[in-house]
This record gives sequence, structure tokens and C-alpha cells, in this order.
Amino acid sequence: MDITKRVEIDDVVIRFSGDSGDGMQLTGTLFADTAALLGDGVSTFPDYPAEIRAPQGTVSGVSGFQVHVGSGVVRTPGDYCDVLIAMNPAALRANAKWAKKGATVIVDADEFNEKTVQRAGFSTIDPFEELGLKDSNVIFAPITSLTKESLKDSGLDNKVIVRSKNMFALGICYFIYDHPFDFTFKYFKNKFRKKPEFIEPNKKVLVAGYNYAANTHAHANTYKIVSQKKEKGTYRSISGNQATAWGLIAAAEKANLPLFCGSYPITPATNILEELAIHKNLNVKTLQVEDEIAGICTAIGAAFAGNFAVTTTSGPGLSLKSEALGLAVMTELPLVVVDVQRGGPSTGLPTKTEQSDLSQALYGRNGECPVVVIAASTPSNCFHYAFHAGKIAMEHMTPVILLTDGFIANGSEPWKIPAMKDYPSICPPIVHEGDTDYKPYRRDELRLARRWALPETKGLEHRIGGLEKDFITGEASHDPVNHQKMVDIRAAKVARVQDFIPDQEIIGDADGDLLVVGWGGTFGHLLSAVDDLQNEGKKISLAHFNYINPLPKNTGEIFKSFRKIVVCELNLGQFADYLRTEFYNVRFEQCNKVQGLPFTVAELKEKFKQLLK
Amino acid sequence: MEYTQQDFKSSMEIKWCPGCGDYAVYAAVQRALPIVAKELNYTRERFTFVSGIGCSSRFPYYVNCFGFHGIHGRASAISTGVKVANPRLSVWQITGDGDALAIGGNHFIHAIRRNIDINILLFNNQIYGLTKGQYSPTSKLGMITKTSPYGTVEHPFNPGELIIGARGTFFARSLDVEIKLSTEIMTEAAKHDGTSVMEMLVNCVIFNDKAHGYISDRENREDRTIVLHHGQPMIFGKNRDKGLVLDRDNMQLKVVEIGRDGITENDILVHNAENQDTGIHMMLAGMKMPEMPVALGIIRNVKDRTYDDNVRDQLEEVKAKAKVHCVDDLLHSGATWEVE
Repeated sequence: MDITKRVEIDDVVIRFSGDSGDGMQLTGTLFADTAALLGDGVSTFPDYPAEIRAPQGTVSGVSGFQVHVGSGVVRTPGDYCDVLIAMNPAALRANAKWAKKGATVIVDADEFNEKTVQRAGFSTIDPFEELGLKDSNVIFAPITSLTKESLKDSGLDNKVIVRSKNMFALGICYFIYDHPFDFTFKYFKNKFRKKPEFIEPNKKVLVAGYNYAANTHAHANTYKIVSQKKEKGTYRSISGNQATAWGLIAAAEKANLPLFCGSYPITPATNILEELAIHKNLNVKTLQVEDEIAGICTAIGAAFAGNFAVTTTSGPGLSLKSEALGLAVMTELPLVVVDVQRGGPSTGLPTKTEQSDLSQALYGRNGECPVVVIAASTPSNCFHYAFHAGKIAMEHMTPVILLTDGFIANGSEPWKIPAMKDYPSICPPIVHEGDTDYKPYRRDELRLARRWALPETKGLEHRIGGLEKDFITGEASHDPVNHQKMVDIRAAKVARVQDFIPDQEIIGDADGDLLVVGWGGTFGHLLSAVDDLQNEGKKISLAHFNYINPLPKNTGEIFKSFRKIVVCELNLGQFADYLRTEFYNVRFEQCNKVQGLPFTVAELKEKFKQLLK
Repeated sequence: MEYTQQDFKSSMEIKWCPGCGDYAVYAAVQRALPIVAKELNYTRERFTFVSGIGCSSRFPYYVNCFGFHGIHGRASAISTGVKVANPRLSVWQITGDGDALAIGGNHFIHAIRRNIDINILLFNNQIYGLTKGQYSPTSKLGMITKTSPYGTVEHPFNPGELIIGARGTFFARSLDVEIKLSTEIMTEAAKHDGTSVMEMLVNCVIFNDKAHGYISDRENREDRTIVLHHGQPMIFGKNRDKGLVLDRDNMQLKVVEIGRDGITENDILVHNAENQDTGIHMMLAGMKMPEMPVALGIIRNVKDRTYDDNVRDQLEEVKAKAKVHCVDDLLHSGATWEVE
């Protein structure tokens, strides 16, 4: 008789944790992808250390991956988890704080002994007592030994066998959450295409974990998430960095130009370069160059020569690129600079998220040097904003900085695949042969953009560069009045982009007691908090910005109808300060966090409730 | 179409100091471009000049081609981007000893390492001119400048050694006053597939006058320099009576006199610019006065795959095999699922 009860639930948060070599990122991703295929809403949050392989069994080497699966739209990876998988005592110690009261904690019993507990930094020999997990439902599963047992006849060496123990843990979760195997089996088949001897062992361990959980009734209940009906269409799972890369490729395709990416590896932006490098078939040229400066300078050269040029980086890299960004402003060439923000200053927290590059993006250059600044706010909408960053750069002949952050860059979610026919065309102002009256700095009245004359176009030979340009001819000019005119027109050109971006939306009523203002990757958390409070009857709304410079036209208007306004961001108040310079007569409260972590919905709600008092 | 020098002159007024060595290099470029255009069948719009910052980096403004005046030190990176974006362009990079060897050293050596098909004119006047007279990475040890009032305490680079050390595929050297030689070098550099570096020893009349005076001095030039020609014996001197041999005991080059101690022309080394091995090219580039003549002409000119060709070929290869042909294909590639 099966004594396990199946319970229907709305959502669950699972946190996988182990040594950075334990494969927790993959385990979490496979769980998330299967859930997505089942039609559940999914949001993920990888929380990994900067070291690739920190000393085993120590807290500094712990890698985590949180998955939030739900029946409806899932907006955040969840504040706290319902299930914590800890592959060793260090993982338990590092992650116990993220477990809800009464959470299920699954540990590898084989990894818990006096020595490992000590190594993880516990002061007693009872880590569960020490961490206050006595109320939790702790499952001591002998994961390592059962993995070894199930593969004892496989002929694989011990090291390889132990490495697949993450699949045993995944199998346990598949049992508890009633997940089918097919997607994961397919993944093994594809992943081990060239090493087919690994396919069966991985399957075997996954099934062994599942059977172990079923046979031992490891968990009193199993759970089924009943998916709500979603919008019809074809879906896929996508991470922010992948979506950014694809959005850039899409912009190049719409503009009918080759995509050129000059970049230098930097966490957490590197995947964009890696992803672009795969897709050479789509007319993508990627150059991994000698440094960040070469990244942007090769891109500027490519833009001059007529490619859609981009460079991808994170905060410290943006610092290195700032002089060249000024050159792109002066030469008025299209360029997209992607900054996947991480904890700063300096090397800071390379694998952690933050929004502290906003001021750098807005102001971090010599001279009066405006650029368009856009921020994506979810993993999947990185596609949309990367596309539009490209469209604005090419049509307005200006550098555009696209800000994402470690949280949305590495996070993933299901995405209804758009059709390229629904995306707008991109028409850069390229000058064609036969134009006998081309003046490099003459502009169109609508956008104030100069025209783009590409080398190899007969009769359009001209010279541009970093020296101040003559207002019409583009020749070097030191004329004082001309300089003033040029500074003014460069500012006006960027401001003019306002006419081409959508109005700022308000989620909720257009008036009320509290307007929550956010930008970029905090969207999911802010929306969840605002949503909850709206359901509690509070007069609270959300204005979440994607267009930062210029701001949408109606921005000033929307601030007028709220009793209080609070600007929430993962820095000390950079967007709030920016808004204060633009709207000096509006009072902005602040809600800030700089811990290398996203907001939690709980802390946001608490803050909003205080403000609503 | 045949071009004349006039076709490559822009209307911009040239602002180098009177007597500056850059004028002579400019004259050589003006002579070389019509020849290059004719021999390689290039039209003017294919020539693109890219520069960094410094006196010589004003050069692109004075040439009636596509031109890009960049920022300090970054010319090699910018020209790399130009060439990869449009490999059909004939890219000419103008840079100086400060621009290429100090602030831009990193980009410079990596361009050479990649062997991207660009032609680099390195104007070496051993001084910072535009900032009015500070020492550069090629200034001689002990040189007194505004930032080294008691003499520099650092060793200079010999650009040739740096370039050949990075396995550069083309290195040539000329003097500003040797306009004919410079023109020949530029024409060959344009024909060379890969990074061609031409070190132009130029005079700065204001801050480092006669920097190269010891070898450029008309009276002694032929005795103090040797012009190398591929396939020709390494003979020099006013009377064509001196030559280079390999001193096998010390494994270094040595000057000998033809007709003395039984030395005949047959004993003199024959220059092979196309030798892949860098050894002898390194020795030639490193020769210093007063013991040895300074080598001019094309010291190294070897064939190798170029970066831009590799980029293009890989692109074509991947395209030919690809199953994904457009963004719609890409979006639907991999695991997807339907919601009915």
C-alpha cells in the first residue's frame, strides 16, 4: 500500500547547495527546465562563489541554486525555500538561513561526520541543533554510498561515480514533486553525445534517487503543482545573458548588418560573449581581445566600418571603457555597451548582484558626454531591451548602455517565444553612393542623428575622430561657439530619444498612497511585494523603469498623484538622486540594499507598510 | 583608374612644425598610394587611415581617404575593428613611439601576434612632441627631457626587436629623408598579407632635433646605415666595400671590409627577408651604431595566415554547416514546449 499522499500546491521553492564542484547549478537547472516543460512558472537564482573550486567542504566553496516553481506567473526565485538540499555540512551552514521554518532539509548523510562538521566551521557536533533546524523535516539520505552502490558494476572509476551524486539528489526531488524523467534523459543524451558511456550511469543514478525516495517514504507527501492555463504559444527557458545575446543578434538581423562583438571575459557578463561566439552562422563576428579597452575600441572601429558593433562587460570593465565611450559619443557612431552589473567597487563581489553602476553609466566620462541608458528587468526581457538598445543606437547614431545585473543575467524563466515579424524594422541612416552633398555632421531634424557613411562607398571619403567637430563638415574645430553648439546638440540628440520610447506604465492605480519606483532587475521582487499589498487593499502602485536616459515623457506626470514615492534599488540611492536632479520639487523616499543579494519580498513589504502608516 | 598624388591630398591645412620629419613620410605616402592603388587594383574609397594621438596621428586628416582619428594608444584596436568589419579595406594605421609603445603597447603587440592585415606606420622620433618634450619608450638612456632633467634612467625599446619578438610577419625601417626608400617599403607593406610594421625614424625639430642625425647626416649616411634588399648581399658603405658576415664564434653579426683579409663578395651574407626563423632578422633589427650600421629597408617579410582571413573562413565554414539560418530558427532551437 502506498502511504504517500499526493498534495496539490501552488508553488514551491527549492534550494540546491553543495561544493562548487558538486554540480548544483546543473541540478537546479534540470529541475527548473523540467518544471517549465510541465507548464509551471519558474524563476531561478544561481548563488555561486567567485572561486571555481574553493577548498572542499568549506563554507567559502559552497555553490547554491534556488528554483521557484509555481502554478501561475512566478516573478522571483522566492525569498526563502521550502526544501533545502545540502550535499555537505558546509552547504547546510551557508544556506540554513534561507530555509523557511519547518522546511524539508535533505542532506547527504555520508558527508556528515565529526571531521566534516568541524571543517564547515560548526562549534558543536550537532549542526542541526546549532542552526535551529530542529523543527525541520530533515531527511538523512546516504546519497554518496547509494550512488556508489548503484554504479558499482558500471566500470566507471570512483571519482566519476561520486561526481554523479547530484543526480541522486535530483531523483529524490523528482519523486517528491512528481517530475517525469524524459526531459532529463534527453539532456543526458545530448550532453554526453561524445561520451555515450556516461548516459546510462547518469540515468541510473537519477532513477535510483527517485526509487530511494519512493521506497523509504522519505517524505510524507508528494506534491503536484497544478499549472494555470498560460497564453497559447511556443515556450522555452531562457537566461538573461542568453536573451541579451539573442536580442543583439536580432537587432543585427533587422538592420541587415553583421553583428560585431569585441569583448574581454568578465564575470558575470562572459556568457554573452560565449553565446554570441556560437552563432557565427548568423553573421556574428566575435573577437575576444586583449583587454576591455580593446573590446570597445575594436567595436568603435567596426562601427565606423559599418557593422552593428557591441561590447559586453561588467562594472570594472565599464570603467576601463569610459574614455573610448567618449570617442563613440564624439564620433556619433552606433554602439551598444552591455554592463552586467555586479557588486562593486573595484573587484568587489564578482558573482553577486547589485545596481551600483547606474551613476557610472549616466555620468562616468570626461566632458559633457551623454549616452542613452536602458535597463532590462527580467531574464527574458533582456531580449527586448537588447534589441531596442540596438535599434536606438543605429537609428539615432549614439552609444547606448544596456544595464542588466548578475541576478537577471544568470537567472532564467520560461519565455513565450516571439516572432521576429512582430519586431519593428531597424533603419540606420546609411548614406549611399552618389550622394554628392554628404556632410558628415549634418543631421536629420527628427532624431538629430548624423548620417553614417561607410568606408568603401565611393565619393564619401571623410575623416572623423575624437577632436571636437565642426557642426556641419565634421572637420576638427576649436571654434568656441561651434563647441557650445556641438555640446548642446549632442545633449539634445540623446534627449530626443524620448520621442521614440513608450510612456512609463504604472502597475496599479494612477494615484494612491504610495508609488513604488524601481528600475532594472528588481522588478520581480517589487511587483510581488506591491501585488501582495494591493491584495491586502493598500493604495500602492509600481512604476518600474526600463528607459533611464532619457526618461519617458510622462515621468514627471506620474509622480504627481501619490502621497509618497519610494525609490527602491540595490545601491545607496543612485536612481533616486538622478530623479531628484530631474524633478527637484518631488520628495523621494529611499529603500536601498547593498549586500550583493536581491531584495526579499518580505523586507520590501515591511518597508512599504511602514511608509503607508 | 589611375590616381595621382593630388588625389590623396585632403584640403585640410597641415599643422606640423616647419621642418618636421612627418612631412617627408607624408610625401612618401602620397607617392606610394597611387602605386599601391594601381598594382593592387584598389579604388581610393578602399583606403582607410586610422590613428591614435600624437603629432603624427593628425595624419588621417591630411589624406583624402576615409579616416579615423582615435584616442591615445588605441589605434591598433580601432584598426583591428575596421579591418575585421570590412576585410576589403586597405587599412593604414598611423602611430608614434608613445602611442604604440607606451600607452598602446598592449594593443600593438596583440595586433602583431594576430597578424591582422593592416599597415602600421610607426613614427619614431624618440620624444613626446605634442605634449612638448617628455621622454618616450624609445628615448635613449640618459636623455635629458622636461620629465628627465637629470637624464632618463630607463632602457628604451628597439621597436624592431619587439615586433620580431612577437613574430611579426613584416618589419621594415626607413629614415624620414629617404623618401624613395620609404615609398618602396610602403608599397611592399601594402602587398604583404598580414600586419606590416614600418618604423619611420623621424626628426622632431623642436624637441629632439637630430635624434637620428648620426645616421641621417648626408655625409655619413651610407657608412652608418645598410639598406637591405631581399636576395641581395648585405653590402653597404659609400664605396660599397663593407658587408655583414656571421661571426660564428660569437653567433653575432660582424662588419667586414671586402678585399681585406681575403674577404670577397661571396663571403657576405645574402639577405633573406622571407626566412620564417626570426634569429637573423632579430640581429639585423638590433644593430646599433657605432659598432654596426643601422638596418634600413625590409628586414622581415614572411607569409602566414592572417587574422582577418581566419575570421572570414571560420564564418563561412560555420555558415555552411549551420541548421539555424535566422533569428526565428534560433529562438526555436533547443528545448521548447507548446501551450495549447
